[in-house]
Amino acid sequence: MAETQIKNYTMNFGPQHPAAHGVLRLVLELDGEIVERADPHIGLLHRGTEKLIEYKSYLQAVPYFDRLDYVAPQNQEHAFALATEKLLGIDVPPRGRMIRVLYAEIGRILSHILNVCSYAMDVGAMTPMLWAFEDRERLMEFCERASGARLHMAYFRPGGVGADLPDGLLDDIADWADAFPQMIDDLESLLTENRIFKQRTVDIGIISAEQAFDWGFSGGNLRASGVPWDLRKAQPYDGYEDFEFDIPIGKNGDCYDRYLIRVVEMRQSLRIIKQCVEKMPNGPVKVDDRKIAPPPRSAMKYSMEDLIHHFKLYTEGYHVPAGETYCAVEAPKGEFAVYLISDGTNRPYRCKIRAPGFAHLQALDFLSRGHMLADLVANIGSLDIVFGEIDR
Amino acid sequence: MDLELQDLGEHIATSLSQDVIGTEVAFDELMVTVRRDAIAKVLTFLRDDVNCQFKLLVDLCGVDHPERPERFDVVYNLLSLTHNQRVRIKIQTDEDTPVPSVTEVFSCANWWERETWDLYGIYFADHPDLRRLLTDYGFEGHPLRKDFPLTGYVEIRYDDEQKRVVYEPVKLTQEFRNFDFLSPWEGAESLLPGDEKAQAAEDEA
Repeated sequence: MAETQIKNYTMNFGPQHPAAHGVLRLVLELDGEIVERADPHIGLLHRGTEKLIEYKSYLQAVPYFDRLDYVAPQNQEHAFALATEKLLGIDVPPRGRMIRVLYAEIGRILSHILNVCSYAMDVGAMTPMLWAFEDRERLMEFCERASGARLHMAYFRPGGVGADLPDGLLDDIADWADAFPQMIDDLESLLTENRIFKQRTVDIGIISAEQAFDWGFSGGNLRASGVPWDLRKAQPYDGYEDFEFDIPIGKNGDCYDRYLIRVVEMRQSLRIIKQCVEKMPNGPVKVDDRKIAPPPRSAMKYSMEDLIHHFKLYTEGYHVPAGETYCAVEAPKGEFAVYLISDGTNRPYRCKIRAPGFAHLQALDFLSRGHMLADLVANIGSLDIVFGEIDR
Repeated sequence: MDLELQDLGEHIATSLSQDVIGTEVAFDELMVTVRRDAIAKVLTFLRDDVNCQFKLLVDLCGVDHPERPERFDVVYNLLSLTHNQRVRIKIQTDEDTPVPSVTEVFSCANWWERETWDLYGIYFADHPDLRRLLTDYGFEGHPLRKDFPLTGYVEIRYDDEQKRVVYEPVKLTQEFRNFDFLSPWEGAESLLPGDEKAQAAEDEA
């Protein structure tokens, strides 16, 4: 009998697929159910952020960063604020820095909740999403009380933060931080030792440390491969060196380790949040320089000079001295960085956004080759991909 | 920190004296300008040398300076976990000259080079798969070049008669407003009309 030749099957995955975490179009080459090749087509959410920022003043550029990784907006703003401050040569007062750390950690928990739960949903567990999103909602309320917006905060600005925290907010955050570990325990009771969850994730999508370097991994995905590297410890910014927290690392670099890392990181973030609430100093939240930070509204009512400053800041903005810098922060998904070039005008000459998800998604082909189609979904979920930052 | 970076810069410059054009430390960051053809060799050296160990290519991007004869910079940002240091490598090129691809050295360069090709039109020689990445299928032009208009050239809408998405030239209901904030009141040389003669007389004397 003549042998039958079976041709590989080419399949489109997404862009409208619930497990694609947004607008990922994957062209898959399948041999039966085995993935031979995965070719991600990205850019369906490309908005030209980098081009737009070149035509905006430094302050107007801040909201664009919210819309990159829209799950944890404040962490992106953080990188841009740090880069601009470095070029301007200004220092943020202690209270402003600590508020930033507080909200950066809130952003980290926001992102990890979403990732852990949607990942669990990808591999078949519906309940975590329903449970933990209540806490996401609470966190977004804290964001709203500080900045006025639940999601796109535009709160971390060059020179400090947008406004001081309202009364009572810190107490509420402290109360929430006391209650949240119970929710993490509940989540873990559903997932960590769950037989189905482990069958879907253990030994799936293994990447060794050397391979992770080669593919430009960072953040939790790199730590899952056993590399103790966290920018908050290695290159601390905004006073992270004053906080006590631990960096979890994985052993195997598989999907299960990447999940565990995120769960432990949530607990560590809670530790930082509690320390912030305890140690929060008093004082100003932005630099005392009217050429960079706007005057208070009350001062503008009777001071001509403050009114002029306000007008100049919101029309022309400030001029940033020429220079270039690469500033990175430890965003929830990995190393998020801004490569900012200034030519001395009031607009960035070039603002390259280094998104961690970009490098991670690119390794999807490497991670998924030889795995089953269903494991590809587990891989996508475990890499923590959000399309806002990949497509920019 | 600065001293360490200067030492590192000198180490790189002496080890690769043929290829390094210049080193510079600014804002606690080291920048090394190298020859375009040697980029793969330089990155391999930086990755494998004991004193460098820049094992992570964290970023690769283009920068456009239209006023220069070689208008593009290609910037490589590297990170060394062992030494906790960063370095920035820069090369220059123009629209026609290809840049050697570094995908052999760092696998992750693949997409970044595709992105740079897409947005700037910088061609990478020997790249395994140099397709457009971020822009639309069938897109023309390289949008991040400084001479590409912010609004682009085409816009799309769904045409109800043809029952498909159609591309049309951009029509703006209001002209694009681009304010020039390089105000003459700030930073301009205060040369009053007539004063240039006095200046000339001084120079002669």
